[in-house]
Amino acid sequence: MSYTEKQLKEELDNKSYEFGFVTDIESEKAPNGLNKDIIKLISTKKSEPDWLLNYRLKAFEIWQTMEEPNWAHVKYEKPDFQNISYYSAPKKKKELKSLDEVDPELLKTMEKLGISIEEQKKLSGVAVDFVMDSVSVATSFKEKLGELGIIFCSFSEAVKNHPELVKKYMGTVIPFTDNYYAALNSAVFSDGSFCYIPKGVKCPMELSTYFRINESGTGQFERTLLIADESSYVSYLEGCTAPQRDENQLHAAVVELIALDQAEIKYSTVQNWYPGDDKGLGGVYNFVTKRGICGYRSKISWTQVETGSAVTWKYPSCILKGNFSIGEFYSVAVTNNFQQADTGTKMIHVGKNTKSTIISKGISAGKSQNSYRGLVKIGKGATNSRNFSQCDSLLMTDQCGAHTFPYIECENSSATVEHEATTSKIGEDQLFYCLQRGISEEKAISLIVNGYAKEVLNKLPMEFAVEAQKLLEISLEGSVG
Amino acid sequence: MKELLVEIKDLECKIGDQEILKGVNLKVNKGEVHAIMGPNGSGKSTLSSVLAGNDNYEITEGSISFLGEDITEMSPEERSWKGMFLAFQYPIEIPGVSNINFLRTALNERNKFFGDDPIPAKDFLKMVAEKSGLVGLDNRLKNRSVNEGFSGGEKKRNEIFQMAMLNPKLSILDETDSGLDIDALKTVANGVNKLKSAENATIVITHYQRLLDYIVPDFVHVLNDGKIIKSGDKNLALELEKKGYDWLTGNTTK
Repeated sequence: MSYTEKQLKEELDNKSYEFGFVTDIESEKAPNGLNKDIIKLISTKKSEPDWLLNYRLKAFEIWQTMEEPNWAHVKYEKPDFQNISYYSAPKKKKELKSLDEVDPELLKTMEKLGISIEEQKKLSGVAVDFVMDSVSVATSFKEKLGELGIIFCSFSEAVKNHPELVKKYMGTVIPFTDNYYAALNSAVFSDGSFCYIPKGVKCPMELSTYFRINESGTGQFERTLLIADESSYVSYLEGCTAPQRDENQLHAAVVELIALDQAEIKYSTVQNWYPGDDKGLGGVYNFVTKRGICGYRSKISWTQVETGSAVTWKYPSCILKGNFSIGEFYSVAVTNNFQQADTGTKMIHVGKNTKSTIISKGISAGKSQNSYRGLVKIGKGATNSRNFSQCDSLLMTDQCGAHTFPYIECENSSATVEHEATTSKIGEDQLFYCLQRGISEEKAISLIVNGYAKEVLNKLPMEFAVEAQKLLEISLEGSVG
Repeated sequence: MKELLVEIKDLECKIGDQEILKGVNLKVNKGEVHAIMGPNGSGKSTLSSVLAGNDNYEITEGSISFLGEDITEMSPEERSWKGMFLAFQYPIEIPGVSNINFLRTALNERNKFFGDDPIPAKDFLKMVAEKSGLVGLDNRLKNRSVNEGFSGGEKKRNEIFQMAMLNPKLSILDETDSGLDIDALKTVANGVNKLKSAENATIVITHYQRLLDYIVPDFVHVLNDGKIIKSGDKNLALELEKKGYDWLTGNTTK
């Protein structure tokens, strides 16, 4: 029968995080704490070459001299870096060649996430690199991609099998001196994804990685390195979930994109880490550094739907180095309860006739704080460059906050920079209109919010768009007040 | 014997501390058209909102029943599912949500309530083609966002189009004539007349007699200061047009 307000409220109060289950797999875990020995342990566990160990150790030295940044519009208890385990791998020694060899518990987890590799295989067109905690478990479609010369594997495998590529590009977009979390990641990263698209190759399928934090008290430090060689094209999907945990889990990833001349990279993220409960307890700290560099006439497009994490600190950026290169950033960030998000982008125009577009849609509910922070920088040589930014905020309650911090630095007078911003509150009038037509409150909110975010959702690949819409719905249920 | 559709009994309501309806009584049978007229601020739009279940208003006294069921406390969406429709005086814009997606969601929510399957896309589109013809709704408007960037006239047509799609038992038209030129008024009225049947009823809320030339009421009620102070047939509307409201309200200061 129909809902009363009370029933609705009860259901919402009892509704727990959908992905809050813990996979019961024995895992191998390093003792808590961070020092040179731990870093050496990680490196040894992964049988890494010396150059990589040295890279890690240098990053660690730098990190020790750095201060945790506090300029973001977020408040949280600083993580105790000595109380984190920096390595956790499902106990499985042998190499996995096919799905049959994968631990059935793991397969179950994947199924719960709704992204079972078997299903993905059937869907065809999506190759999944599934990362649980830190070690990449199975990669599908590798052979098919291999025929085209595309390399899509875990970061560790890349270190083993393609060291020349890793060595050449790793840290070129985000050096370990870049910021506190990037330095930390460079010191202790455990695994991640690696992708290389050869010259002139258009990757025929969406490449997809599913990250998931499983082990309690572990930090996940994965690293993604994606290289699109000249005139190639790739669309990459990244999805994240974490089981429910009381203590905050730290997630500090580094993603580097390299689009060589006339290449195009489309990078889409749906992030649904555990946001903490309705009292603000628990949840993931998501401190991520993502950046791409564009060559001549190349293009990097970031699309993100952020609905999870207790604290998000994330600015997928583009360095538009090559002339005529293009950077795009499309973002929907949802915060509810006590979530805090400080997210946006940096568009660094270096080359001539470079173009960037920023569309950011913030949605705040509950008592959450949602900030857009963006930098558009037009360098001296960036003649005739253009930027267009649009930052919209939608408020669902009287207790939440939406903030916009746009920074513009322009050193070339021939450039055009436009910024538009709006703030609106979801209207009781809109809701009543929907209710009168027989659309229940939950559905109405979902309709209104999806309508508001449509410009961004339209940029997502089809299978992701559907998931993103559902996530928006789940994240905002009963959030109007 | 006519079948009773809606019965409003001694209805009183307030918003904040302000009393607006002070004892409204009204019976509407199936197959009837009732017009509610009255001066500004008499409570006409409040009555329509309260009938539709807007919880901004607090009902302090009295009851509303619909098809024999007391709906005084019923949620707006359930009233809608059971056949109540309000054509808004100021239709609301919903950016990014296409008109037809909005309507399909509405129909499917109703189907879900009654335990029916969602409406198949083919049937739905056929219905859209058929019903939009009734009010001459521009084809492009169906795919545009709900009411966004519509002219005043297009918004009102869209309300009647939605009404046709939802096929309600009781339609409440809240000042549907406001902001319409004479041609649009005729089109909208024509649409409403075509939807009329022995099974449904219409409550027309209006300031002016003009609309009632096209949607001819069986009964006319005058609402003043939260109460119905006079009821009659369509001739009452003509009389009001001539004399204004003062002879009824006793307000002779003008």
